[in-house]
Amino acid sequence: MIRVTLPAHLRTIAKVSGEVTLELDGEVTPRAIVDALEAQYPALRGTIRDRSTKRRRAFVRFYACSEDISHDPDDTPLPHEIVEGKEPFMIVGAMSGG
Amino acid sequence: MAGVRVLVGTRKGAFVLTSDGARKKWNVDGPFFGGWEIYHVKGSPVDPDRIYAAQNTSWFGQLIQRSDDGGKTWNPMDNDFTYQSPTHDHLWYDGTPKPWEFVRVWHLEPSLDDPDTVYAGVQDAALYRSADGGKSWTELTGLREHPTAGGWMPGAGGLCLHTIIQDPTRPERMHIAISAAGTFRTDDAGQTWRPVNKGLHSEGLPDPNAEVGHCVHHVAMHPSRPDVLFMQKHWDVMRSDDGGDSWTEVSGDLPSDFGFTIDVHAHEPETIYVVPIKSDSEHYPPDGKLRVYRSRTGGNEWEALTNGLPQSDCYVNILRDAMDVDSLDPCGVYFGTTGGQVYGSSDGGDSWAPIVRDLSAVLSVEVQELP
Repeated sequence: MIRVTLPAHLRTIAKVSGEVTLELDGEVTPRAIVDALEAQYPALRGTIRDRSTKRRRAFVRFYACSEDISHDPDDTPLPHEIVEGKEPFMIVGAMSGG
Repeated sequence: MAGVRVLVGTRKGAFVLTSDGARKKWNVDGPFFGGWEIYHVKGSPVDPDRIYAAQNTSWFGQLIQRSDDGGKTWNPMDNDFTYQSPTHDHLWYDGTPKPWEFVRVWHLEPSLDDPDTVYAGVQDAALYRSADGGKSWTELTGLREHPTAGGWMPGAGGLCLHTIIQDPTRPERMHIAISAAGTFRTDDAGQTWRPVNKGLHSEGLPDPNAEVGHCVHHVAMHPSRPDVLFMQKHWDVMRSDDGGDSWTEVSGDLPSDFGFTIDVHAHEPETIYVVPIKSDSEHYPPDGKLRVYRSRTGGNEWEALTNGLPQSDCYVNILRDAMDVDSLDPCGVYFGTTGGQVYGSSDGGDSWAPIVRDLSAVLSVEVQELP
């Protein structure tokens, strides 16, 4: 079971509270997590990454085990703490006010 | 007694204002989608409980929301506005080519006869249509593929398609407007388009007869006379009596003919409203006085409407989609400001009162009549 935290606005869009949990088959990567997240919560399509290019939106960051992995390749395997659900995969909105 | 519902989009959410037919006491609901920019909220003319909203932030992009209960509850619809044919470049501000790139939805125009059909005007300019209540979108690619598109240049707000007008008597005819390209008309339900800007003259365009490049801010039409169009251009208030084929200036005695919004009285097709703004670099009313101007002659002769509006130290703007009318009798007129006020008049503009005055900047105002 993969644990995922979402920014408040995306929790509202997905109509969830707290962490989201996902079941993934295969290798656990940022791409696999976002794929599963969008499949489970279709309203999140386009909010984390572009609908067509699949590029992460500029004001969204990915964290794993307190490390900013936003610029790692999307298919980079994530640490075992994420895979085993000991740590959440964090999707974070930029701290840029507004 | 019939009532009205005013749908307000702001920089920080949407609000729903409701009143009975007297339009004196208002109930304020919201914010919906708090913290998000709501460029437009508009209801279906055939099903007032069906409302569409365009929700956007720089963080999380574009969403389309739909309500089926008059704005009480909302559900996200599809938000895939991927361009559906190869994209080319348009002109950037400095005259260099820039690739077409989706930014946001500016305007949602529900069909006149089907609550499941709705049009979306987007930035960078393109037109989409949904026939399933927003669950999927099809681009009407003929517009973006127009041969002049490579010469379209953004206005200050971007290369946005902000106005969509359906002809109530000819379903195959529609007008759209793009800043800063101009107005375009289709006579085959969106397959092909042609610019209809003859008579528009714009500073900065070296060709006085330029087919495109005009910064049209808004266009309005009275449903009883679909061939008569009124336009607030960047500078100049214009009218057309032949469905956009030609335009003549009707700015007349306005204190400034710069502005963004324009609308037509619900029962008097020659009565129109504008809110003059000082200039293209000073986006506030002349002399710090918030004045709606009304012409009962279809332009040229204008009267200032000031009763109830601030007449000193007012430096707000009124954006292109931030005015609408209701069809009650007398006609109600409503507009929102970048200062967060929504003003209403229940007597055709003779007197005004704020409905709310401390919202975020108002981006759009649309009115529905309730049974």
